[in-house]
Amino acid sequence: MSDSHAMADTNTGIPSGKLGMWVFLASEVMLFGGFISSYVILRTGSTNFVVPGKEMLGVPLAMVNTFVLITSSVTMVLALDAIEKGNVKGLIRNLIFTLILAACFLGIKSYEYPHKWHEGITISSGLFGSFYYTLTGLHMLHVVGGMAYMGYLLRNALAGRYTVQSHARVEYAGLYWHFVDLVWVILFPIFYLL
Amino acid sequence: MERVETFWSKYVFSLDHKVIGIQYMITSLLFLLFGFSLVLLMRWQLAYPGHPIPLIGRFLPDFIAAGGIMHPAAYNTLGAMHGTIMIFLGIVPLGVGAFGNYILPLQIGARDMAFPRINMLSYWNYFAGGVLMLMSFVLPGGAAQSGWTSYAPLSIVSPGQTVWLIAMTFLITSSLLGSINFIVTTLNLRAPGLTFSRLPLFVWAQFITAIILLFAFPVLQAAAILQLLDRVAGTSFYLPTDLIVGGNILDNAGGGSVLLWQHLFWFLAHPEVYVLLLPAMGIVAEILANGTRKPIFGYKEIAGSFAFIAFLSFIVWAHHMFVSGLKTKLSYLFMTTTMIISVPSVAILTCFLLSLKGASIRYRLPMLFALAFLPLFGIGGLTGLPLGFTPTDVYLHDTYYVIGHFHYVVVTGSMIALMGGIYYWFPKMFGRKMNEKWGHVHFWGTVIAMNGVFFPMFIQGMAGVQRRLYDPTVQAHNLAVQPLNILMTASAFILLLFQIPFIWNFFHSIFKGEKTEENPWQATTLEWACPSPPLPHRNFDKEPVVRRGPYEYSVPGRGEDFWPQDKP
Repeated sequence: MSDSHAMADTNTGIPSGKLGMWVFLASEVMLFGGFISSYVILRTGSTNFVVPGKEMLGVPLAMVNTFVLITSSVTMVLALDAIEKGNVKGLIRNLIFTLILAACFLGIKSYEYPHKWHEGITISSGLFGSFYYTLTGLHMLHVVGGMAYMGYLLRNALAGRYTVQSHARVEYAGLYWHFVDLVWVILFPIFYLL
Repeated sequence: MERVETFWSKYVFSLDHKVIGIQYMITSLLFLLFGFSLVLLMRWQLAYPGHPIPLIGRFLPDFIAAGGIMHPAAYNTLGAMHGTIMIFLGIVPLGVGAFGNYILPLQIGARDMAFPRINMLSYWNYFAGGVLMLMSFVLPGGAAQSGWTSYAPLSIVSPGQTVWLIAMTFLITSSLLGSINFIVTTLNLRAPGLTFSRLPLFVWAQFITAIILLFAFPVLQAAAILQLLDRVAGTSFYLPTDLIVGGNILDNAGGGSVLLWQHLFWFLAHPEVYVLLLPAMGIVAEILANGTRKPIFGYKEIAGSFAFIAFLSFIVWAHHMFVSGLKTKLSYLFMTTTMIISVPSVAILTCFLLSLKGASIRYRLPMLFALAFLPLFGIGGLTGLPLGFTPTDVYLHDTYYVIGHFHYVVVTGSMIALMGGIYYWFPKMFGRKMNEKWGHVHFWGTVIAMNGVFFPMFIQGMAGVQRRLYDPTVQAHNLAVQPLNILMTASAFILLLFQIPFIWNFFHSIFKGEKTEENPWQATTLEWACPSPPLPHRNFDKEPVVRRGPYEYSVPGRGEDFWPQDKP
């Protein structure tokens, strides 16, 4: 049902799936907006907000992780570009790259977390830690969700379901993945650099 | 495409927006009844503090009412759960989930929602959230007891709140999925010729409500996650340093702000008020145009006012916080925006009133409810103004005046309109009419009893009676207006009594009601162009083509006094 609607002519000319993804992302902006504005309010307004030193945060590693995620956005663009030219192999290759980069991101984070615990930054040690784990944790959930979606795309791609004419979901996944990337690009400076 | 339907795929896990709409309707009506029963127990305690609850008192478990006398903590629980259930499990799912799902696709001439599977998921998230809310009564720690507003730090240290927060997550997910569906469906699936300037006002109301939900609810989700972490992970987003609870200093790191919760909560919850109201106004617009046999007065102004309200509703939230130590300049700002938001609301009500001018009104059942909405919602709206001004609000804040105000808006306003909507669209949903005579009994009993419950609240509030009081007689200044509590409690039980004809009428008419044709009210909008009930999974015999605006009644030179949108 949903596929037939997505392909049908619509009033706006935009497929429903794409419009739905944009509307969903608008709500995600509000979700992260709620968290980030709470963080800003307490960081600037609380009398008891201790910001750990840069050496405790491991900025270089986080910088590497930022590049990993941005690169995964590039491979996602390449995946869409490939299938738009009918190159199924290119799609599969770039989806696999994207998945690997996403896994790298999670891997680096799973090294970072215990390191921070060791430094005494835990979720209950103070407001900085509380916000750090809440927001990066929520972001990681989004990464995992994105990986599940891309795994599903990869399965379909291997089964030969995507063609030049029919690959809407690759585009939707791309929109979502760029959003997840964008969130990290905001989280990185507000936690590590400021 | 013929599909094989089993009982489960047809009535339970259906993808058809009509079945989902009816699922929403029946579930939300049951929750409304349950939430109403909770408040009856509270009303008994308010009228006869310390007296055993008659009849059912002895069956209540000890932690609610030992020996039939209500426990103070149970009173708090009932208050919190009454608010939660009525708002999040009752009115919103009825106004948006039920009517929006059933009527919106029909009115825009669509075969279904844009995403039927997400639509089903939305209902089941709502259902799960509702079941969890109900289960919380019997889980260890009981149900939430810190009010539907869940103010920190009380909500962080009192039992029962964790389940409330998890259940709310389901409800938020449900309304998020629903609003994505409503927005995309309205934008993308309109029948040929149905431009935005020809949309029925009900569709406008639902579309704008969905936008409000989309932007407001995620912020509550964020706030709820922070509260949940404060409870289970030892964070202190809302806990100030060295907070003393029960004589002991909490060992949280501290540094948080209790006011942060209030800001985040009201950023959702004020727009939420308009989520409760706009669908009701949309219903009233449909019924008024039909009952007056005239085009609605000020179509563009009403649609524009809906949109303006939605925008403004995001910048008025701190008027709930005038006594929280808000800076004076901020109070001015929020006072001003609050006064501005009353302008579009009054504009809508004025348009409705002017629609009645010179009309030869058909006083059918739905029309009675729509007409009752106008003055009663008017009372609700106007009594809000003194709460929007700081000088008067400082006195009235947290008194029964506030309770009276929002119950006039939500119960005699929204609920009356939603009941009218049930009578209006029942023939479309089930192909049969509800009984007129019992409908009249229900209408008059309900309207009179509602006023008996809520009007004395203004008097009590102005006399200084505080809300959330377990036993009002402990404060001497309350004693003068205490007899009013007996009137209110009696009215509340009478209100329950007058819902019996409605419940009977609803279920009896589904099976035994008088059969109707496809357009029994001689209405103009598209939902009346398909069979009653509409065809499963596709609604219309063939896709309708829209030729004119939604309210072409009594067009000069035309034989019939209505001209449907799709007829040549």
